[in-house]
Amino acid sequence: MKKEIPIFIVFFIGTIGFLQYFIVGPLSKSVYTLLLEWFQGVQGMAIIMAVISLTRRHFHNLKRGKNVFYSFVTLVSLYGMIILGVFFGIGKGSTFDKIYEYVMVPLNATTFSLLAFYMASASYRAFRARNLESTLLLLSAFILMIGFTSFGDIISDKLPSLAQWILDVPNLAAQRGITLGIALGILATSLKIMLGIERSWLE
Amino acid sequence: MSLIDRLLNIPRFVIFILIGLAVFIPLLFKFLLPLKVLKPVKDVYDFIESLPEGTPVILSFDYSPDVLPECYPMSLVLAKHLARKKLRIYIMTLYPAGAGFALDVYNKILKEFNLVERKDIVFVGYFPSIAATILGIGEDIKNVFKSDYFGVPFDEIEAFKGVKNYEDIKLIITISGAAIPESWMVYANGRYNANVAAGVTAVMAAQLYPYYRSRQFIGLIGGMRGAAEYEKLLAAHNLATKGMNSISLANFVMVLLVILGNISYFLKRRRRK
Amino acid sequence: MSLDPWVWISAFLTLAIFSFLFKDNPVYKFAEHLFVGVSAGYYASIYWHNAILRFIVKPLSEKFSIFYYKIIWPEAFVNISTVSAFFSFIMYLVPLSFGLLFFSLLFPRYSWLIRYPIAFLMGIGSGLSLYPTFKARIFDQVKDTFLPQFSQTVYFLNSLIIFIGTFTVLSYFFFSKEHKGPLKAFAKVGIIFIMIGFGAAFGYTVMARISLLIGRIYFLIHDFIHLI
Repeated sequence: MKKEIPIFIVFFIGTIGFLQYFIVGPLSKSVYTLLLEWFQGVQGMAIIMAVISLTRRHFHNLKRGKNVFYSFVTLVSLYGMIILGVFFGIGKGSTFDKIYEYVMVPLNATTFSLLAFYMASASYRAFRARNLESTLLLLSAFILMIGFTSFGDIISDKLPSLAQWILDVPNLAAQRGITLGIALGILATSLKIMLGIERSWLE
Repeated sequence: MSLIDRLLNIPRFVIFILIGLAVFIPLLFKFLLPLKVLKPVKDVYDFIESLPEGTPVILSFDYSPDVLPECYPMSLVLAKHLARKKLRIYIMTLYPAGAGFALDVYNKILKEFNLVERKDIVFVGYFPSIAATILGIGEDIKNVFKSDYFGVPFDEIEAFKGVKNYEDIKLIITISGAAIPESWMVYANGRYNANVAAGVTAVMAAQLYPYYRSRQFIGLIGGMRGAAEYEKLLAAHNLATKGMNSISLANFVMVLLVILGNISYFLKRRRRK
Repeated sequence: MSLDPWVWISAFLTLAIFSFLFKDNPVYKFAEHLFVGVSAGYYASIYWHNAILRFIVKPLSEKFSIFYYKIIWPEAFVNISTVSAFFSFIMYLVPLSFGLLFFSLLFPRYSWLIRYPIAFLMGIGSGLSLYPTFKARIFDQVKDTFLPQFSQTVYFLNSLIIFIGTFTVLSYFFFSKEHKGPLKAFAKVGIIFIMIGFGAAFGYTVMARISLLIGRIYFLIHDFIHLI
């Protein structure tokens, strides 16, 4: 029950999902569309669980008297947002949309903009031309960083084209080699999961 | 500590200030630096230009606010181009946090081009499963879209009339800071041969080039530069064009910092020897 | 300076996050926790309207009402038989019941039941992705690598470089054999391509990070203090 059924489900559903590509006919089509609808439905339920988990964690904090204020902030904003969204509309101009625009967007965007500072400081300290490989890396980065800015266009209109060539040719070759490797990995993992060889997700 | 040492050992907060200023100062001035439009961006533009009026096109906002400054300008300029060409625009998102931007662009375009809601443009909202959504549209949009963002049922939406799947929807534009364009490429192009164009953050752009060359993406718009090129093509200079001046100076400062770091490294190494 | 209170809130939160550059502090922590709550609440509401209502509640109630009407009034919906109405209603209960099993996590004794919906998602995910992944990520890519573009000499040369690059990069990642002899030489060429590729990706990444900062600074000086 605990392991066999999930492994059977994976195998059964996975096989149907795979085989329907090769069987043409109305039955295969309707099984396929049904599977796609189920996929949407099941995935849709997962977020409710995520909200419950977040709530439980912060309630736990409140009970233990740990970080009370911050957990309170999280819970109030979480449920405030849900109440606004579910009961008072999500259209343009709604309070829900205003909070998105003026609270969620600046918080999220600013958090990630901090990376600009840290990346500058880290590059200054760690980006060194120690050997042939790192020198190549540095040169290619420089060509792109200058070539793809307006300075590149001012220096010579060949510079953006050179940067584009690096992306189009040597970069492409490297990325293709890497992505081919990744694709083989994805295929192997998918097959292993379907056939019940890969079971780490059951732990 | 000698003067050279001090020059070469820049404290962290000085670097922070330098980067902050390099971004801040160019924003104060209005000037247009030259910008060459490159092929991956031009390909998207040309493809849209080639579409006849009324063709259904999907514009998918698959990003969250963390990549706003790169993805939002391209969303806006692409939506403008689609509206200008009078194509039928289906706006959607596969990222829950993308819904807000999608709604914003939807409203802006609606007003600016005097479009009729649910006839010329429809916002179908967010879909939870990436693979099921992309594959589902390939079969029948009725099973996927079901209603728009505001809950108006499928059958009442005029924009969907006569449209079934990717055979009718001639182009999908996905704008993202993550791997979702690859999902569009794998499922929509790989399975249904749909035309997919990707507008991505600069972080993601380099790794999509293999698929651009093989035409699995019909074009690529990479980062703020890509968006600025598109704004130039459309002569609609906006957020990305303004940002390019800051990027130019900040990148220049970054290159200088790395060169200084290397000089200090080699000086130290020589001294040690 | 803006008079819109929303813009003030937004500016305060932007500065609160920037304060982390100086050091970790309570104002930053407040903003951070607010972010977690607001985003989860936002996601949940969007999910409610666009996923739960659209894919579970509405179809289920529709299918149920058709089935119900067929029972109390068999002449209704002439083109649907009672059996097929029942069948299509039952078919909708499957994702719902699978989905409900996610909640088993709340009851430690039955928490293993969560494996069922996960098994469902993994099965369907892998089954559906096998063929398109093979076609898009392997077949089309290999085809493009082996078919050079002949129309211009420069295109042909580029195709040749791409072919050599892809092949040597793959040999660099080939770990089943020790890197000796020709394989070592191939791997050496491969690493050159990888470094140029990573350099390009790094250069692009620098631009991306700077762009993120531009967005926030533009907000502060344009929307908040109206300096430009």
